[in-house]
Amino acid sequence: MNDLRHRIHHNGGLLAAIGLFIVMFVIYVSNHPVGLTAAVATTASNKAVLLALVAMAQTLPVLTRGLDLSVGMVFILANCLASVLVVGTIGEGFLGIAIVLGAGALAGFINGAIIVWGRLQPIITTLATGAVYYGIALYVRPGPGGDVQSDIADFATGQLFGIIPTALIVLLAIVLIVWVPYRNSVLGRAAYAVGSNEQAAYMSGVPVQRAKLLAYTLAGFLAAIGGLMLTFNTYSGEASSPIAGTYTLNSIAAVVIGGTSLFGGWGSAIGSIFGAFVLRTIEDLLFVFDLDPLWQPLFQGVVLLAAVSLGALRVLRIRNRLELFA
Amino acid sequence: MSDAAPILEMKHVSKRYGGIAALNEVDFVAYPGEIHAVLGENGAGKSTLIKIAAGVTDPSDGEVFVDGRRVNFRNPTEAMAAGVVCVFQELSLLPDLTVADNLSIVSPPLRGGLIDSAGQRQRARELLASIGCEDVHPLELVRDLPLSRRQMVEIAKALGKKPKLLILDEATSALTAADVERVYAIIRKLRSEGVGILYVSHRMHEIEALADVATVFRNGRRIETFRKGERSVSAIVQMMIGRELTHHYPDKPAPKPAEPVALSAKNLSWGAQLRDISLDIRKGEIVGLGGLDGQGQRSLLLALFGVLKVVSGTVEIMGKPHRLSGPRSAMRASLPMALIPEDRKTEGLMLPMNIRDNISLASLSRFQKGLRLDGGKEHSAVERIIDSLKIKISDLAAAVSTLSGGNQQKVVLAKWLMTDPGIILLNDPTRGIDVGTKQEVYQLLRDLADKGVAVLFYSTDYAELIGCCDRVLVMYNGGIARELEGEHLNERTIIETALNVDDKEQAA
Repeated sequence: MNDLRHRIHHNGGLLAAIGLFIVMFVIYVSNHPVGLTAAVATTASNKAVLLALVAMAQTLPVLTRGLDLSVGMVFILANCLASVLVVGTIGEGFLGIAIVLGAGALAGFINGAIIVWGRLQPIITTLATGAVYYGIALYVRPGPGGDVQSDIADFATGQLFGIIPTALIVLLAIVLIVWVPYRNSVLGRAAYAVGSNEQAAYMSGVPVQRAKLLAYTLAGFLAAIGGLMLTFNTYSGEASSPIAGTYTLNSIAAVVIGGTSLFGGWGSAIGSIFGAFVLRTIEDLLFVFDLDPLWQPLFQGVVLLAAVSLGALRVLRIRNRLELFA
Repeated sequence: MSDAAPILEMKHVSKRYGGIAALNEVDFVAYPGEIHAVLGENGAGKSTLIKIAAGVTDPSDGEVFVDGRRVNFRNPTEAMAAGVVCVFQELSLLPDLTVADNLSIVSPPLRGGLIDSAGQRQRARELLASIGCEDVHPLELVRDLPLSRRQMVEIAKALGKKPKLLILDEATSALTAADVERVYAIIRKLRSEGVGILYVSHRMHEIEALADVATVFRNGRRIETFRKGERSVSAIVQMMIGRELTHHYPDKPAPKPAEPVALSAKNLSWGAQLRDISLDIRKGEIVGLGGLDGQGQRSLLLALFGVLKVVSGTVEIMGKPHRLSGPRSAMRASLPMALIPEDRKTEGLMLPMNIRDNISLASLSRFQKGLRLDGGKEHSAVERIIDSLKIKISDLAAAVSTLSGGNQQKVVLAKWLMTDPGIILLNDPTRGIDVGTKQEVYQLLRDLADKGVAVLFYSTDYAELIGCCDRVLVMYNGGIARELEGEHLNERTIIETALNVDDKEQAA
C-alpha cells in the first residue's frame, strides 16, 4: 500500500496527462457525428502516433537535461529516405526499413558524439545538425514524390482484426521493445542520474558519457520510426521544412505536457506519448465543434501554459530566493 | 603503528591550483582496521588529500599506493573499483531518483540484463536496516528526504560498495544525536572487520571518541601523526594554528560605544540553519563572523540582505524596523545595505560583460537621465572609483573575465561602494586573492568604518578576523556560540569556540 502511494507520487505528471487526454478524447468522441468507429479511431491514431513517436524521441535527451532540436529533421529525413528505399517486394521493403532506421540512429549518434566528445551545447549542436539532416533530405527528395511498399504501408496504417488501429499496436510494441527495457537498463537509469545532477552522477561512478550517447542515438532511432510511419500514411516523401519545425516544437510541448521536466532527471516517454495525444486531440476537438482551425495554436498554447504552471508549483516551496535562479 | 600493510600510502604528494599549493610534499599512511582522524583548519589541505585518494583530482606530483599497488585514478569509478569509497560532504545523491535507485546506482542487481527493481528494493531495505534507517522507504525520492536522512542514505550507499578504505568527510555534520551513535557503531564494526577509515571532522569530541590515530594538516603540509591519547586537545589546537602572522593590519581605533546602532537583528531563525541569532553593529564598527565553514554564516548574511524567505525574528536599521523582502529593499533602507557575495564568479559578476557595466550595475538609477543613461556621468564615476581602489585594468570595455582574481574582487567591491552603502556585509571577500590585494581590502574596510559605515565581515581566515575586526562573533551549528573582543580575541579562543571544545556542545 505504501509502495502504491510512492508510485502514484512518482507518476503524478504522467497520470495528469493521461487524465487530461481521456477527458478530451471522451468529449471528442461523444460530439463526433458518427461516434467511435474503427475508421475514426484509425484516422485519429495514425495522426497521433506520428507526434507520439517524435515526442518519445525528444524525451530521451530532455531526461539528460539536454534538448534535441533535430528530431523533426530526422523525422523528415527518414520520410524522404523511406520514399526512395522502402519500395519493391516486401523483402526489399523490410531491408529499406532497416536502412532508414539505421540512418536515424546514426544521425542521433552524431548528435550525441558532438555533444559528449565535442562538449558543445545540445541546443546549438542539434540546431546545426538538424539543418544538415534537412539538407540531406532535400538532396534525397528535391520535390515531393516517391513511393512506398504498399503492402507494408497498408498494414501499418490499417486495422488489426478489423478494429484495432495497427499504428497503436506499433506504438505499443515500441514502448515494450525500446522504452521499457531502456528505462530498466543501467544506461537508462544513468540518463536520469545525469539529468538529475551530473556532478553527483559522475562522483557516484555513473557512465555519464555513454548514457548521453545512447540517449541521443535512441532519439534519432525513434524519430526515424516516426518518419517511416509518416511515409506509410502519405505514400510519398516530402522534404518539408515547416513540417520538420512543427514536429520539433510540438515534441517539446508534448514532453512538457507529459510531465517530463525540461531540467532533466524526471519524467517518462509514456507521459510524452499522452502529451502528444493531448496536442492532437485539441486539433480534433476544434474540428468536431466546427471551430476555425485557426484557433488551434491558441488552444495548444493555453494547454501548454496550464501544464507548465502545474509543474511550477514547487517554486512556492523554495525558501532561498537564490534557488529560484539556479 | 600497525603490523599490517598500509591500505593507503601517499609519497611526496603535492597538488597545485594555479600557483597555490593546496598540498605540499605530503607523506601519509593509513592502515586497515584503524580509524584515522584527519584534522586541520579550513584550507589546510584535508579535502585535497581526500579528493586525491578518491580519484576526484590527480596529484600534481608524487605517488599514491592503495593496498600496496601504485595507482593513478582517473575518476571516482576507478577508485571505487580499488575499494576506496568516499562519503562526501557535498552530497553525491541524485535528488530525482528513489532511495533504492541511489543505493544501487552503479552496479544494480540485474535480471535478464535489466535492473531487477524488486531485488534493488530488497537490497535497499537491507542496507537501510543495517544503519538503523528503517524509517526511510526505498521508493521515496531523495529530494523529499530531510538533510539528516539524506546523509544516512549517503552512508548506506558507501557501505553498499563494500569499501576497503572508507573516507568520511564531515559525514555526521547534519545528523541527529541518535544517528551519530549509530554511525559510530557502524564505523567501529567496520574497523573490526579490517576496513581502513579516514575520518574528517571538526568536532574534537568526535575525534576523541572514535579515532585510533590522528594526523594534523596545516597550510597544505602534514604536521604530525600521533596515536590516540598521545597529545592533549590544547596541543592539537596549537598544531592546527601554529602559523606565523604574515599580514599587517590597519590600526584599530578605540571602541566607540557612543555611536548609534546601525544594524540590529533579534532572534533571527531560518529552518535548522539559523538559530535564534541576535546581533548589533554600530556605525563605524567592523564586526567579524567566524567559525568553521558552513555553520550558518552564509545564511546569516543572505538573511540580512533579504534573500531568504520565511525568516523569523526582527531586523532594525538605525532603530527602525526593516522588512527582509529582497536585495532591492535592502539597498533602499535608510542605511543602504551591500552584500559582497562569496562566489564572485556566480553571484558577484557578470563575467562576459565589461568592467564599466559591472561596476555601475547596482547603481544605474543614479545615472538615469530621462529614459536613458548618462554615459558620461557613469563613465567618470566608474573611473573615479577604479582610481580610488587601484584596480589594474587596461580598458574599461574589456570583459571582467579577463582580470585576475584580486582585481575581479575589487570590481565587486567597487560595484557595491558605488551604491554608497551604510552597511556592508562581506562573505569571505579575500578567499583566493593575492596578499597585496588582501592588504588593500583590509585598509579599505577600515577607511569605510572610519567614515561611519557598519561592516559585518565573514572570513574563513582567523588571522584576518583578529587583525581586522573590532569584535568577532563565532558561529557554531547555526547559532552564535560566543562573542570575542579585545584581549579575548585571539586564534586560540576562535578555534576553541569554532571547534566547540569547551564542552558546550548542544545535543544537535
